[in-house]
Amino acid sequence: MKKTLKKITGFQLFLPIVALILVLLFNMIKTPDFFKITVLNGTLYGFMIDIINRASELAILAIGMTLVVASSAGTDISVGAVSAVTAAIICFSLGPDQQNYQMPYLVGILLGLLGGVLCGMWNGLLVAKMRIQPMVATLILFTAGRGISQLICSGQIIHVEKESYRILGSFIPKVPLPTPVFVAAALALVTWLVLKKTALGMYIQAVGINRRAGRLIGINSQLIIFMTYVYCGLCSGIAGAIMSSRIAACDANNIGLNIELDAILAVALGGNSLGGGKFSLLGSIIGAITIQALTTSLYAMHVTADQLPIYKAIVVVIIVTLQSAEFRKWISSLQGKRPVKAKAAS
Amino acid sequence: MAGGKDHLPFFSNEFENHFGNLNMSNELLTMRHISKSFPGVVALNNVDFTLRSGEIHALMGENGAGKSTLIKVLTGVEELEEGEIRVSWLDHPLINHSPQEAQLNGISTVYQEVNLCPNLSVAENIFIGREPKKRGMIDWKAMNDNSRKILRSLNLSQVDVTKSLEHYSIAIQQMVAIARAIDIESKILIFDEPTSSLEEQETEKLFQIMNQLKEKGVGIIFITHFLEQVYEVSDRITVLRNGELVGESLTKDLPRVQLVAKMLGKEFNDLAAIKKETKEKVNHTKGVPLIDARNLGHRGTIKPFSLQMYPGEVVGLAGLLGSGRSELARTIYGADKPDSGELFVNTKKVKINAPIDAMKERMGYLPEDRKEEGIINDLSVKENIFIALQARQGMLKPLSNKEQTQLAEKYIKLLNIKVANIDSPVKQLSGGNQQKVILARWLSTQPDFLILDEPTRGIDVGTKTEIQKLVLNLAEEGMAIMFISSEIDEMIRTVSRMIVLRDREKVGELSEEEMTQDHIMAAIAGGERDEEDA
Repeated sequence: MKKTLKKITGFQLFLPIVALILVLLFNMIKTPDFFKITVLNGTLYGFMIDIINRASELAILAIGMTLVVASSAGTDISVGAVSAVTAAIICFSLGPDQQNYQMPYLVGILLGLLGGVLCGMWNGLLVAKMRIQPMVATLILFTAGRGISQLICSGQIIHVEKESYRILGSFIPKVPLPTPVFVAAALALVTWLVLKKTALGMYIQAVGINRRAGRLIGINSQLIIFMTYVYCGLCSGIAGAIMSSRIAACDANNIGLNIELDAILAVALGGNSLGGGKFSLLGSIIGAITIQALTTSLYAMHVTADQLPIYKAIVVVIIVTLQSAEFRKWISSLQGKRPVKAKAAS
Repeated sequence: MAGGKDHLPFFSNEFENHFGNLNMSNELLTMRHISKSFPGVVALNNVDFTLRSGEIHALMGENGAGKSTLIKVLTGVEELEEGEIRVSWLDHPLINHSPQEAQLNGISTVYQEVNLCPNLSVAENIFIGREPKKRGMIDWKAMNDNSRKILRSLNLSQVDVTKSLEHYSIAIQQMVAIARAIDIESKILIFDEPTSSLEEQETEKLFQIMNQLKEKGVGIIFITHFLEQVYEVSDRITVLRNGELVGESLTKDLPRVQLVAKMLGKEFNDLAAIKKETKEKVNHTKGVPLIDARNLGHRGTIKPFSLQMYPGEVVGLAGLLGSGRSELARTIYGADKPDSGELFVNTKKVKINAPIDAMKERMGYLPEDRKEEGIINDLSVKENIFIALQARQGMLKPLSNKEQTQLAEKYIKLLNIKVANIDSPVKQLSGGNQQKVILARWLSTQPDFLILDEPTRGIDVGTKTEIQKLVLNLAEEGMAIMFISSEIDEMIRTVSRMIVLRDREKVGELSEEEMTQDHIMAAIAGGERDEEDA
């Protein structure tokens, strides 16, 4: 019994899942209809649906961020700005006409994603090849990205009026779940398969744990790190496309604003070390959902948007403390003391 | 040398006579009965050390001998646990609690890595923390003038004291550190590996300055791995080994061979002479060399060298720490990309830019630093074993789960690795078993040429013997093995030819007949070899 308990608590995803459950339980008490799901026009509505819907972009960004953190022990803080660049490219390509896109929809999307990949390549070049600290290297696009986005949109908010543009960010007709959920799930699945079916997952971990040892056994650590940044750029692009579709426009100043912080937080909440090495994609996705659940539940409790960060900060502090090594040490020292005392008594 | 093996007249116990009586000679510093232990290790055990004014005193010993601990105790980096430190200018025992305090007490250290502020000017660096003031403001003119004066006394008038320090070479930066030490009137200067990052001329310059200081009566403690330099500049040598004092002697009275013997000690451990069993002498050095390096070199770590290795032979690299043993191996393997010379594998010229190129030529390299360069500690035992083979095959051709497990299990059995679960992180294993995991990693790639850099360091005796046996067996099967070890006994038992290195240079080779303790030590020490042979 004790052993099983230890096995469960020792499981890497134990704490992230507990954190998520805690947030949801709290909601059940405070907002009774939190778990209520209604059907309207063949699609599902409710707080829960809203959470997984809104968490999609964050989960997508968290997937890219997880790999970047694992390989380079650093974070890509440009993901929000890169999303804005992608959104701008897509909106600029498709154009504001109500009836027709300027070019095929797919071409527009692919151009946008290409922009994201190029941004990722730039970051990867700086980090892997020039060995600039990830935070500093990605700071460049963090600041410049929105400028580039403005430049593409000529300082305007470009609206894409054609109705089908909204599909990516809302519902496909007759499908009960929102589209972003499918995109995020598909991306997670593909990423997981690639990591599983090639040796890439192990390489990323090896490079993150011990770069020098990795080099000596023939792993091209520069290439591996470069690739994770490119992939993170691609993820930012996909997230940018969804965000833009939600508002059917590109608002260079506001798309994905501050989302890089949530993405990093999602990785950390997922039980991943920001020091690189071992990682869990699923953990990061759970982390992303936890963050969104928190945001949504605070809204459900009528916390206003300007006060939201305070409550969020408090909860995050609690969750992060629960997962910290010091806290675990403290807990295990408590556990360790008990049997000693028992012995002394007997 | 005959008969003098165990009794060395060169090491006298003269200082025991005047313990506690400092003024009898010109003793600057006396450290008596110094002991210091860290959890699980006795770093210093009852060590005595005496420094006289106007002498350059070399402190010698291999890694872990206790040199740095002794210095750290002296300069207050580590707390003094037991013993007494006295300096001639204070009439009470000295205990420093920090390097700053030591500096105030007249003891300064010049480190290998210069610990100044590169973005401040030369003058600022000399006067930082004690800037000359005029009406509450820094008197820049006085500061610069004084700096110039000090540097001139060190024959460094070409240095512009207002330029930031980073403009100058490491050598000049060290000189600036010295200038600072002189100006605060240090009576004792400690040079901790000052020459390891210097070019030859810069070293000469440093020695000039050391001699100047010596003439002024400063006592200098000189720590280095370079034997040549010890004999070039030092007056007296103290040798430590395993935290204990081996002895003290005037440099001119201590032949190099003796010094090396004292540093390495004579560890006759209980290991049986494994090798001699299958002693049908095979001359390997015939036919086509497997590895043929011609003037291969890497600037700053190893001077160009040439060597051949033949299938089925075990070649040892002998030399003290810092002699370039590991660096030679790293250059062949491409861990340090060679910047001169050519490498032929099976008479085919190859270009090695990175370790992966060497692996494709069927080389393997077990690095000296298991923790930093070998083990990937959070990955499982299984992953740590098959990862090298996987890397050589390429990312897109992953080994199947079954292959991975079979491979790992095969070598775990072969090497008798004690592991409960092949999926548990490798960091949970003991040092010896971790080392075997890295061995398994390389064996699974089936190399033709395997470099083992200190494969038995920090490993229990039983495992040591196992690894030595394995090396001989592998060689019998036709693998060429390069074996690096600090333990001469182990090398003699294992290798069939020995390459000797000194001061980052290959200086010779010893055949099997020439490989005796005395011979090897003479070769490592250099200089007096001919005399010894005679």
